[in-house]
Amino acid sequence: MSLNIAKIRADFPILSRQVHGCPLVFLDSAASAQKPHPVLETMREFQETEYANIHRGAYWLSQVATERFEAARGKARAFLNAAKDKEIIFTRNATESINLIAASYGRAFLFAGDEVVITELEHHSNIVPWQMLRDEKGIVLKVVPVTDAGEVTVEDFAATLSPKTKLAAFAHVSNALGTILPVKEMTKLAHERGAVVLVDGCQAAPHLPVDVQDIDCDFYAFSGHKVYGPTGIGVLYGREALLKAMPPYQGGGDMISSVSFAKTTWAPLPAKFEAGTPAIAQAVGLGAALDYLSALGWNDVLAHEHDLLAYATDKLMGVEGLSIVGQARDKISVVSFTLDCAHPHDMATILDRSGVAVRAGHHCAQPIMERFGVPATTRASFGVYNTRADADALVAALGRVMEVFRR
Amino acid sequence: MMDELRDLYQEVILDHGRNPRNFRHPEDANRHAHGANPMCGDQLVVYLKLGATGLVEDVAFQGKGCAISMASASLMTEIVVGKTEAQAHALFHAFHQLVSQDAPPEVPAELEEDFDRLQALAGVREFPVRVKCATLAWHTLEAAVNGEDEISTE
Repeated sequence: MSLNIAKIRADFPILSRQVHGCPLVFLDSAASAQKPHPVLETMREFQETEYANIHRGAYWLSQVATERFEAARGKARAFLNAAKDKEIIFTRNATESINLIAASYGRAFLFAGDEVVITELEHHSNIVPWQMLRDEKGIVLKVVPVTDAGEVTVEDFAATLSPKTKLAAFAHVSNALGTILPVKEMTKLAHERGAVVLVDGCQAAPHLPVDVQDIDCDFYAFSGHKVYGPTGIGVLYGREALLKAMPPYQGGGDMISSVSFAKTTWAPLPAKFEAGTPAIAQAVGLGAALDYLSALGWNDVLAHEHDLLAYATDKLMGVEGLSIVGQARDKISVVSFTLDCAHPHDMATILDRSGVAVRAGHHCAQPIMERFGVPATTRASFGVYNTRADADALVAALGRVMEVFRR
Repeated sequence: MMDELRDLYQEVILDHGRNPRNFRHPEDANRHAHGANPMCGDQLVVYLKLGATGLVEDVAFQGKGCAISMASASLMTEIVVGKTEAQAHALFHAFHQLVSQDAPPEVPAELEEDFDRLQALAGVREFPVRVKCATLAWHTLEAAVNGEDEISTE
């Protein structure tokens, strides 16, 4: 059975609107995905009928809200196939999840001279926290090169590891190129060297089934808003033994067991890492989004998005002067490209006037842009609600770019 | 739709974007500043030879960016050379008004002819997200005049 795309599109109210007098063709889900009606409705219903602050169980409403919040944690656990709910920490987004590891695990367990290995295709959010830690503690940052096709090979990764490697942090999927990395093999290699592994799953979670026990990584991060959920909520999976050994990330309410001016003791997991009132309604919304995505069925999602990638790649290759940046064998439905006659920013302006929303720029991944010798690319990213007609609309709008720039 | 786009990407803009004038690094420049638009990755350096009396004796730039940012930088170098610091500032002020406001810009009489050449970029007004592209070179020029090394439009 394949996806019922007409029904899916009807679930996303924004897709029926017009932009500049044209039907919206939304091809920027890699930046942030649109939200389906069940997510919006669940958040509204929760806030209208069951909302209160959580973990203050003296009254009924707070108990119910706590149950809804914790149920969302259970959905995130199931989504990642983690072993225990307490291994799921709610954060603001994947960026905060990575910062949590750098600040808590990094400050406590990494020392001057220790090596942290990342790759050349990381998003800035998996580069900058490690550079901040380098400046603070004197760790050494090593970078695995990317091939001309935009791939990270197991061989290059192995060659970058050393006995000094204490942590490896890499993307599951490249946001700028769409490349899927061999994270299971990379994790195994890092573990053989005694290093801890953090996987940035921001771009993988919306497009691939993720099993943290199968990958065997120690930490896994993703953002709610990229899996058709709300902004302001993210997830960090952490292996229980490591989370237990780590110091808290932030201090405040909810993360303590007892507080006195002489000594404060930390709450057990996961509360130890969730200081302050969290994004309660957003967590509930994320739970609804994970339910929605899971109910579509991964086999059908994979087949649909693979078809879109193949179709769009084929059509775009037929556009004169167009070069695709990142041609890995294993990719999610992202096509990053340049055009010989027009800068990505000029392209995006013209595409926008045809209702086609794409990202133009360095995609918060300047090192990989540098690697391919381009200051920026135009990126079309496809989600479950996109169709072949969207790819056709993109190609037709690129025709208008030519009309303007090939005069 | 195509009308607004043709207003934005006029022939003169495409020409200056493809073949930017004064795209060089003058050896005798005594001021320079680096400008960046972090959201889209546009980057340029503006070089300036400022005379003792505050006269812009030479101005040039190098960089990478979209057609709007390159064309604007190119036009700017052609217009600002031979002007005083104060006149360059007045032109920037008027240009900023031109691309960001509906009200007609205030242009000193002696600069009207130069300002007319900048009208080629008036189409930017219909594209608010591109105002930063059009003004990057001017912000950078201003930074160079003021002796600042770096500006960012964010």
